[in-house]
Amino acid sequence: MSKLKELISLGAGHVRSANVEDYQALGGYKALEKAMGMGPKEIIAEVLEAKLLGRGGAAYPAGKKWAQLLDIPENPKYIVCNADEGEPGTFKDKLILDKVPLRLIEGMTIAAYVFSAQKGYIYVRGEYRAIQKRMVKALQSAREHNLLGESILGSNFSFDIEIVSGAGAYVCGENSALLNSTQGTVGRPRIKPPHLAEVGLFLKPTLVNNVESFSCIPSIVLMGGKEFLSLGHPESGGTKLICLSGHSMRPGIYEVPLGKISLREAIFDPELGGGVKGGRFKFAHLGGQSGPIVSEKGLDITYSYTDLRKNGLSVGSGAIVVLNDSVSVLEYLKSVIQFFIHESCGKCVPCREGGKRVLRYLLMLSEGKMGQREIQDLKRLLNVMRRASFCGLGQSVPVALLSAFKEFPECLIKKGSFAA
Amino acid sequence: MPELDEKKVLSILESYGKDPQQLINVLLDIQEASGRNFVSSSWSKLTSKVLKVPLTRIYEILTFYSMFSTTPRGRYVVEVCQSGPCRFTGSEELVSWLEEALKLKVGETSEDGLFTLSRTSCVGACSSSPTVKIGDEVFGGLLRDSALELLKSFRDDNRAAREKFLCPS
Repeated sequence: MSKLKELISLGAGHVRSANVEDYQALGGYKALEKAMGMGPKEIIAEVLEAKLLGRGGAAYPAGKKWAQLLDIPENPKYIVCNADEGEPGTFKDKLILDKVPLRLIEGMTIAAYVFSAQKGYIYVRGEYRAIQKRMVKALQSAREHNLLGESILGSNFSFDIEIVSGAGAYVCGENSALLNSTQGTVGRPRIKPPHLAEVGLFLKPTLVNNVESFSCIPSIVLMGGKEFLSLGHPESGGTKLICLSGHSMRPGIYEVPLGKISLREAIFDPELGGGVKGGRFKFAHLGGQSGPIVSEKGLDITYSYTDLRKNGLSVGSGAIVVLNDSVSVLEYLKSVIQFFIHESCGKCVPCREGGKRVLRYLLMLSEGKMGQREIQDLKRLLNVMRRASFCGLGQSVPVALLSAFKEFPECLIKKGSFAA
Repeated sequence: MPELDEKKVLSILESYGKDPQQLINVLLDIQEASGRNFVSSSWSKLTSKVLKVPLTRIYEILTFYSMFSTTPRGRYVVEVCQSGPCRFTGSEELVSWLEEALKLKVGETSEDGLFTLSRTSCVGACSSSPTVKIGDEVFGGLLRDSALELLKSFRDDNRAAREKFLCPS
């Protein structure tokens, strides 16, 4: 039996992306019709039952987020899609944005119906400028079919979506920074609380979900939360788009049911990653630069939010960067830290200064100059960054390092003296 | 490409309804229309005046987001991805081939104003690593010969010749 499952990627590459008829031929927009015959609470109950965890990286339960927003009486409410996909090794949102944008648009329209929102934004990273232009056509096609705009499907529900462009800033993937950027200012994060559900875009209640999360909504409405859940893991329903890259034999995007395959299968199965090129498997980096590193020892863990978390790992964005044994762990970590130094927005000291200091320690490590005291200092520094950084960017800098130190203590001892 | 004039800048501002919320889009369009991939101080001042936003806010945006430049760059900015998946599948070799072919170091612009060589964070085409972004397009899986062929296609303004290097999305 195939390990792949087409749900959110259904039609990708086979339909004209900006053509409503093509999308409808796949069952598109049936979910919106169904949803408009349901009550907001009823729809949210399905999303809760589906146990849809946020697909952007933080894995926050979408149903819970929706229920919290529904409890807030203030209006208007805004629906915002985070399409800033900047985690290195992640390119799955691009597939949806470029090939099946109408599924995302339908998902956002259902959300808008739930919250009686009239305006939505899709914040697309500046690097996808060519795709943004094609998405404008998809929105136009939806408007022409009365599936977006005034009086949708002849009802008194009106909703429209605008595309907003980023301009090259990883930190804008953080939801509050993304909202600041959507407002036309620099994308630095905000202090929380208040949460975005209460004080979001233009200081109004706002729902922010990832591209893939919104794209799951039509399936959940159509098949029901229970069936969606059964497709995946008992604690996290549905499928996940995974992105294989690096030394993967078959790099690309694969849609897999959550909890039904192991990491080893994801990387080695001939239908999926197909193994490692240029050498033997050494490690994989999961979920982007902010995610953990896993060695051979962890490969038999089931690919699900629950199982990975239990083992100190995470799904994150769905990225799986495969590295062979020609790669030095230390060199890899240096590139991770260089990325964070470049992308730090500069707002808070732990992240802005911490990254540079961590890099200095890594350089000392490769020169074999790390003593006991420096090791303790590095550990303390990582702890400060994790606990005191303003937003998720700085907080997640230590993740790759600490997991690598755990998985490869011998690598680090050989070069330096990280024996402690 | 004809040089950007005031009329063109005003028409860009007009096309976004002179809405300050659209500042990033406006500045991206001005940069693209400049022909030299930058936003000059005079266009920043004009934007500030028309949108009624402080000039400092415009400079804050231009210096915060990495896609912007306030100094002229090449007509084509050749940006090599330096994030993990590309970095460990040959992006450094790609940089050295491009440096050799363009006779430039990273950060420099060719004398004819055609190319600037630079690095970028992940461009989201990791399955085709190592990748290079030029304008709105991303090209992948480049070796020494194909990198040269790609540059030639830009020199010759020959779109068809570079299509085979485009990354699938």
